[in-house]
Amino acid sequence: MPPEAVDGTPKILEARGITKVFGGLVAVNSVNFAIPERAIISLIGPNGAGKTTFFNMVSGLYKPTSGSFVFGGTDVTRLGAHQRARLGIGRTFQNIRLFGTMSALDNVLAGMHTRLKSGVLGSILRTPGVRREEEEARERALELLRFVGLRSRETFAKNLPYGDQRRLEIARALASEPKLLLLDEPTAGMNPQETARLTQLIGRLRDERGISILLIEHEMRVVMSISDRVTVLDHGEKISEGSPVEVREDPRVIEAYLGTARTG
Amino acid sequence: MATTQEAKTGGSTLEGLRASSWSSRIAVAIIAALTVLLLVQAVREPGQFTSQLLIGLTNGAIIALIALGYTLVYGIIELINFAHGDNFMIGSFVGVTVLSGTFLGLGFFAPIDASSGAALKVFGVLFALVVAMVVCGLVNVGIERVAYKPLRNSPRLAVLITAIGMSFILQNVGLAWKDASQIPFPSLVSNANILAGVTDEVTFRWKDLFVLAVTVPLLVALSYFIRSTKQGKAMRAVAQDKEAAAMMGINVNRTISVAFLLGGILAGASGVMFGLFNGTTVFDVGLRQGLFAFTAAVLGGIGNLTGAVVGGILIGIIGSMTDQYIGVRWTDIVIFTVLILVLVFRPRGLLGDRSAVQGGGGE
Repeated sequence: MPPEAVDGTPKILEARGITKVFGGLVAVNSVNFAIPERAIISLIGPNGAGKTTFFNMVSGLYKPTSGSFVFGGTDVTRLGAHQRARLGIGRTFQNIRLFGTMSALDNVLAGMHTRLKSGVLGSILRTPGVRREEEEARERALELLRFVGLRSRETFAKNLPYGDQRRLEIARALASEPKLLLLDEPTAGMNPQETARLTQLIGRLRDERGISILLIEHEMRVVMSISDRVTVLDHGEKISEGSPVEVREDPRVIEAYLGTARTG
Repeated sequence: MATTQEAKTGGSTLEGLRASSWSSRIAVAIIAALTVLLLVQAVREPGQFTSQLLIGLTNGAIIALIALGYTLVYGIIELINFAHGDNFMIGSFVGVTVLSGTFLGLGFFAPIDASSGAALKVFGVLFALVVAMVVCGLVNVGIERVAYKPLRNSPRLAVLITAIGMSFILQNVGLAWKDASQIPFPSLVSNANILAGVTDEVTFRWKDLFVLAVTVPLLVALSYFIRSTKQGKAMRAVAQDKEAAAMMGINVNRTISVAFLLGGILAGASGVMFGLFNGTTVFDVGLRQGLFAFTAAVLGGIGNLTGAVVGGILIGIIGSMTDQYIGVRWTDIVIFTVLILVLVFRPRGLLGDRSAVQGGGGE
């Protein structure tokens, strides 16, 4: 049972006192954070605020120095990335990290890895069960490619246009059937039309598939238009949290952004 | 640095050669002269030439199976597993032990040798192959667990030195197990020429056929495994990006173990075939065969599975041609000269590195 929060909405993820220290640098400092189910939460802040570090800790690529993560009611602090992926945490990367010399379809199939049952022996013997599963997986992969609006299937991922690579990364993350999807600057490098299409897609993930989304984004128009709540990090600390409008008018946020002389 | 290197080697071989000057012209001249020499021989004595080509193919198949082990491991964790050749030696030792029927002083069954019945011979060979494949696969996985995994995040040189250390350990295990002398293999596969009734010119022996009959199915199975199965896809994914693969729920450590397992299985098969083919094995056989296979892997483009097979066959043929037309004592010199030439002029190998473990054939 997911724990009930004060306001009554069940939480998919709770971060309690998360701290990450690299050498002498405190990258993230005792951050408390919760993501309600079926919500889009944006994580914003100036460059170097610790957003991606926080992401890496949620997904299990980094271990926090102290603090704990509870995902869907289970403590996942000690679990590795692949175990968290199995429980339902999926992500994309800021600098696209597709499997470049695999086809678009194979990338999505690789994403399904954890949802397929066939073992080594089964795949060698090609039992009917394995064959059926492979066919179903292929069907589902094609459906996901359609869902994100990608037409190329057999092209090597590295040869796809930039916007398509971003969409393919989302399809690959969806293939692992996440309950919580972490998107790290999904619209980076996209033109306004592509950005608008992607924003719409992210909204559909929540509305149609009931996925909770944690979003790092620099494009404020995207953040303001689709976020249910926004959290602001600066120098590793949470300085503000609330609805998009509340955060936009928070003097501490304005100061943090102006203080770095960069608004992204 | 790296980018200019890539720019140079990225183009065709000829472009790469043109870029550098005198040394490259000499290399081209030598290769051209050797090719002409071979063509002359091919025309003068086509039968003998074809026989040598076939011997080269068989030797190449044995080398290719070892080379695949180097390339699988390199493709996934960028480590040159120097213990791999010695694991091949262990494979041949396991094979000869199984055929002797005696292990640890306990006689399990009568030795299977040339005097055994045909059915028993076939069974013996298959049994020896399977046992050696299993043992070598597990030895390889064990080596990775004990010696390489703890160093996963250390500088690469540390792991490389450990691999060399592992190589010495295996060699000395072999030495302690069966002493330093040559160990005879029973001659279970016939030396007779299959083509005896057809032509006297070309020699293709039953044991040549045996090697190809074992190698080809293994290659097909490996290719299918990597290309089409869930674990194969996981392996390609891990080879390209370990963190992204972990985010797909792929257990990276387990996938690396599978790569070592496959490499070991192939080395085991190769070890038994080598013993049956040459009739003998010895504790340090892994050093020479391992270096040949490493050369083959580099020649084909280390990390590239197709490249390892192509490289293995090329090295086999270069070796057999040198044996015949230049002299056996020159063979090692010629083969390692090839290694140096490849490293100088085309460091990424003939087919380019890494691409096949990762997916497509070339770039």
